[in-house]
Amino acid sequence: MSEKRTLKSRLLCATYKLPMSISCEEFETFILAHEENELTWRQQIVFNAHLKICGACRTYLADYQASVNLGKSILRDAKAAPLPERLVQAILAARTPGS
Amino acid sequence: MSENDDADLVVRLKAGDEAAFSELVHTYGPRLLKHAEQFLKDNTAAQDSVQDVFLQAFQKIHNFREEAALVTWLHRILINNCLAYLRKNESAETLTIDSLMPKFDWTGTRTEARHEPLPSVKDLIAQKKICETALKKMNQLPDLYRCVLLLRDIEGYSTHEASAALLISVSMVKVRLHRARSALKKLLEPTLLEFHT
Repeated sequence: MSEKRTLKSRLLCATYKLPMSISCEEFETFILAHEENELTWRQQIVFNAHLKICGACRTYLADYQASVNLGKSILRDAKAAPLPERLVQAILAARTPGS
Repeated sequence: MSENDDADLVVRLKAGDEAAFSELVHTYGPRLLKHAEQFLKDNTAAQDSVQDVFLQAFQKIHNFREEAALVTWLHRILINNCLAYLRKNESAETLTIDSLMPKFDWTGTRTEARHEPLPSVKDLIAQKKICETALKKMNQLPDLYRCVLLLRDIEGYSTHEASAALLISVSMVKVRLHRARSALKKLLEPTLLEFHT
């Protein structure tokens, strides 16, 4: 690995090895289960603990939730236009045998 | 349309009432077309799909058991049609999902730039322009991921139902859903920040 391992990153890495602590990458794998209320109580504690100490993941999770909600709102609120009359006639004509 | 109206409509459809077929198309057609356009991103293909849904519904109305609502039954047919169409016609104009995934360094720490939290969704959707931009961004998601997102987040399918509709495992649905949502966040972020500032 060519990436330089600084003292800070070594310390961070050591922190993540503490019991009940996870890295941002591991936190990422819990997000969906968290959103679906599928985390076990132990996983939830670990998840919340990481969220408390990591500002990047707090922002990430808030943005993730905002984006999902925005996507849902846009698609659900999209207005349904009336069917073109030509399409209505084609559908009804196709139903009638011999048309 | 209420459940009673639906029940009455089904009875008339099964009896071959011409007016009932027209009523069915006019009542549910617009909603089906909207959903077909969201899946297929193409108005012509969406119209063809809706036409096919109604033709299948006309043929199978005698098998309709009324355990589900009529609209749900029509939606199921539509979604199966749309998914079959997408399997046959892979879209070329999408981004690769990997480029939209979050990045981490070797310690597993997030490497993305931090910013102020995004504004509330309520404030954002009031702006018509952002809705149009966001919709375009969403359509850039690869179909494999967009479909999971639509089924789970818009159509309200459970993970198991989505798994059955997409012919993939439950765990694959979960993986794709999370990747789709992460990618959506990445795609929407610049737009949201632009409107925020």
